Amino acid sequence: MATDKLQIALYWGAACGGCDVAVLDTDEFILDVAAAADIRLWPIAVDGKYADVEAMEDGELDLTIYNGAVRNSENEHIAKLLRAKSKLLVAFGSCAHIGGIPGLANLTSRDEILTTAYLENPSLERGSKTLPLPESGVNGSTLTIPSFYRRVYKLDDIVPVDYYVPGCPPAFDQVKAVLQAVVAGELPAPGSVVGASERALCDDCPRVKSEKRIKHFYRPWQIMADPDACLLEQGILCAGPVTRGGCGARCPSSSIPCRGCYGPLDGVVDMGAKLLSAVVSVIDSTDPEEIERIIDGLPDFTGFAYRFSAPSSLLQRSVRQ
Amino acid sequence: MTFEPKIVGFLCNWCSYSGADLAGTSRIHYAPNVRVIRVMCSARIDPTFVIKALADGADGVLVCGCHPGDCHYSEGNYKTMRRMPLLKRMLADFGIEEERVRLEWVSASEGMRFADIVDDMTERLRALGPSPVKMALAGDAVER
Repeated sequence: MATDKLQIALYWGAACGGCDVAVLDTDEFILDVAAAADIRLWPIAVDGKYADVEAMEDGELDLTIYNGAVRNSENEHIAKLLRAKSKLLVAFGSCAHIGGIPGLANLTSRDEILTTAYLENPSLERGSKTLPLPESGVNGSTLTIPSFYRRVYKLDDIVPVDYYVPGCPPAFDQVKAVLQAVVAGELPAPGSVVGASERALCDDCPRVKSEKRIKHFYRPWQIMADPDACLLEQGILCAGPVTRGGCGARCPSSSIPCRGCYGPLDGVVDMGAKLLSAVVSVIDSTDPEEIERIIDGLPDFTGFAYRFSAPSSLLQRSVRQ
Repeated sequence: MTFEPKIVGFLCNWCSYSGADLAGTSRIHYAPNVRVIRVMCSARIDPTFVIKALADGADGVLVCGCHPGDCHYSEGNYKTMRRMPLLKRMLADFGIEEERVRLEWVSASEGMRFADIVDDMTERLRALGPSPVKMALAGDAVER
């Protein structure tokens, strides 16, 4: 295709659509992008087809922005296809970056998921035994659907990734900065996390940190939180100490604890393990039984600690099958 | 061939490592399954270390520190005391059996106790079988 315009694609794997909305949230700026670029594939907004991508030369696309995790064979196929066709591949948003919310499925098993969703869910028709199969025969022909993997992968488990833009979804001004950099051709070092800070969320958080120790953990709705004091020091779980800043600390500024969507700080190998250390450090007890009682106040700590990062953790997934 | 578990042992310098040393100099016979890593304090043992050992193929992880009240740094072992119960719960959510991670307090004079702990843990892990972690991750590569 003879044109000076940038050739770009946007794709969603296992995603909620929020990342695509985050791109659209750049308002009229998206029109500048559209003026500078041909959007060749963007399933949520533009009428490109997989076949159009398959027909491209390798490297014909300048940039692919991939949001969503890799959950099934279709996600993997398109990730590999777009990787081959693109000079640059960006993992956009928590799911592509570190696994994201879909990655929480790695704490359970494929069988449990299929059983709950298709056999035991109370809203199913009574006695329903219909399970999705990769291949099924209908009127003499064979129909196929993508196969559902045993676990969720982050994008760079599947293909090499050039840049990472963290966030669930990435914050508006960061998205804009990234798009501007692409349009202007000003690219950072390959492999870097862009649109984020190198310091912890706590650094950006306006709340006052002291040395308070606690005897009780609270869910956010169980307590009237002090609006100015550190949430963790009030016994409210917050992922700030291990999370990369750059989002503007909007959650803790609105009395919502950090959930860790910007992913681990440089040097944090395993978000959950590091967060565990930070969280127990506020416990004020040296009695094993009392400690057990206090951590009883943390239902599903694992789900909280790995809310976005289970596929990128050291263990990657539960060993139960 | 019977299964021989690999145990990674993180031992604090001041009490437990000396305890293990005493087991050696006293010529106490105990299971050779533990690979000891000396750390300055049990509080140095980031939960990441324990998880990394398991992810890299250890069948069990033994963490030993000074008895409560005896920490060379006053309260390092209390930090460990707070971490380990929550770490065990977290590992259970990943399907890892409770017996695979063990916290024990061993003083510098407890060579016999250290030997007994290693023997007991080895026996339990032998009965439990190999850690499923490495197998699970290798299985994922085959699936795709």
